[in-house]
Amino acid sequence: MLDLRLYMLQRITALIMIPLVIGHIATMIYAIQGGLTAAEILGRTQGSVFWFLFYGSFVLAVSVHAAIGVRVVAHEWLGVVGSSLRVLTIVIALGLAALGLQATFAVTLA
Amino acid sequence: MSSQKAERQLKVSVWRGADAGQFETFEVPQHDSQTVLDIVSWIQHNADPTLSYRFACRVGMCGSCAMMVNDEPRWTCRTHVNKVARDGELKIGPLRNLPVVKDLATDMDPFFDKWTAAEAHHHPSADRHDLMAPVDMQSADRVAANTAIECINCAVCYAACDTVAGNPDYLGPAALQRAWTLIKDEKDSGREDILAAISGTGGCHNCHSIGSCTQYCPNELDPLSAIANLKRETVKNWWKRNA
Amino acid sequence: MKARAHPLWIAFVAHRVSGLALALFLPLHFWVLGMALRGAEGLDGVLTLTELPFVKVAEFGLVFLLALHAFGGLRLMALERLGWSSGQKTMAATSIALAIFVSGTFFLKAI
Repeated sequence: MLDLRLYMLQRITALIMIPLVIGHIATMIYAIQGGLTAAEILGRTQGSVFWFLFYGSFVLAVSVHAAIGVRVVAHEWLGVVGSSLRVLTIVIALGLAALGLQATFAVTLA
Repeated sequence: MSSQKAERQLKVSVWRGADAGQFETFEVPQHDSQTVLDIVSWIQHNADPTLSYRFACRVGMCGSCAMMVNDEPRWTCRTHVNKVARDGELKIGPLRNLPVVKDLATDMDPFFDKWTAAEAHHHPSADRHDLMAPVDMQSADRVAANTAIECINCAVCYAACDTVAGNPDYLGPAALQRAWTLIKDEKDSGREDILAAISGTGGCHNCHSIGSCTQYCPNELDPLSAIANLKRETVKNWWKRNA
Repeated sequence: MKARAHPLWIAFVAHRVSGLALALFLPLHFWVLGMALRGAEGLDGVLTLTELPFVKVAEFGLVFLLALHAFGGLRLMALERLGWSSGQKTMAATSIALAIFVSGTFFLKAI
């Protein structure tokens, strides 16, 4: 159900996300002080190519990583197999990527 | 008789039937140094001769008497009742993750079919006219594979594995560990075939490193690390081929 | 199941449950941020909810799950890539401790 190719995708996206997760958590700890406002968030991210690339790559990596992870759980715990499993994986990956890239665009370059 | 200690009785639940079935309870006299296999034999000899189970050597060498004892996979011949009985009760079932033939005997075919599917058999690199390939017992590869070759196919790791339970195609710890020893064997020429066999949909990459195989192996082998080594080997191979 | 619950098994369940929870949270997370497309007001409407105590606790929970999944994943990759098979139980415990520390820091800044 996981072959070498999917395993490589899972581990490579995990490695990519290690620095991104650390950066994201550090940003959250910094940003949460004094509460969250749209103005504060957008003031930091709007027009920033850095944050667009940071969260854009984060979104792409997490879409692949989460889709493969959910695929494994759907197979092992719910018994989903064959083409349903393939479709589920692709729908999750594309759905998360679309939603995530839209959100990234909204807070950075829009 | 009155001078003797009152006989202690053990309440033993034993699986009866095939995949569909139920536990049946027996009262079995308890003794010192009694093994779980002794209990099963006592029931067959004295309570119900139709009880089916499998054993051969009784000393932890043949690997045929493994069963679930209180839901944990064990060699019954090497498990003392004193260590596992709780409040005078014991539960004995057939090995997990395998079809049940009858009572405590499982159908081992899927287990051995996966050894074959993993290419976990010798691939000759020479014929009888050739000299034997020299094996350096001190080499890092040999040392790494040395412990793993002691596996006796008892399927305790296979029964312990939660990944096999959820993913029936997964080759499982025993077959993969054997594949790992062959990759490190100078006399085996099947390296590419083995790597291909263990990289498919049921291959080593399905392992979640839960480590129940290593936790429960009665020979104290470490399939968890062997499978991690296989993953590393396949990844190295992948970069080599795609770089 | 309970009979076979050894430390690395518990670490496995923690990794799987945290991963699933994060995957389920992501669409909500993206949807809220996407509101910024229609101006800051919509986003602010949702962000005021983050002042509610139970939302703060939920945020703490999410940061904890994210840190747990990341540190737990590092442990697994150390086993697979570097062969660090000894000390896995200690590393699993360490990843939980680090996750508590990181999310605790977040929570103290949030309240």
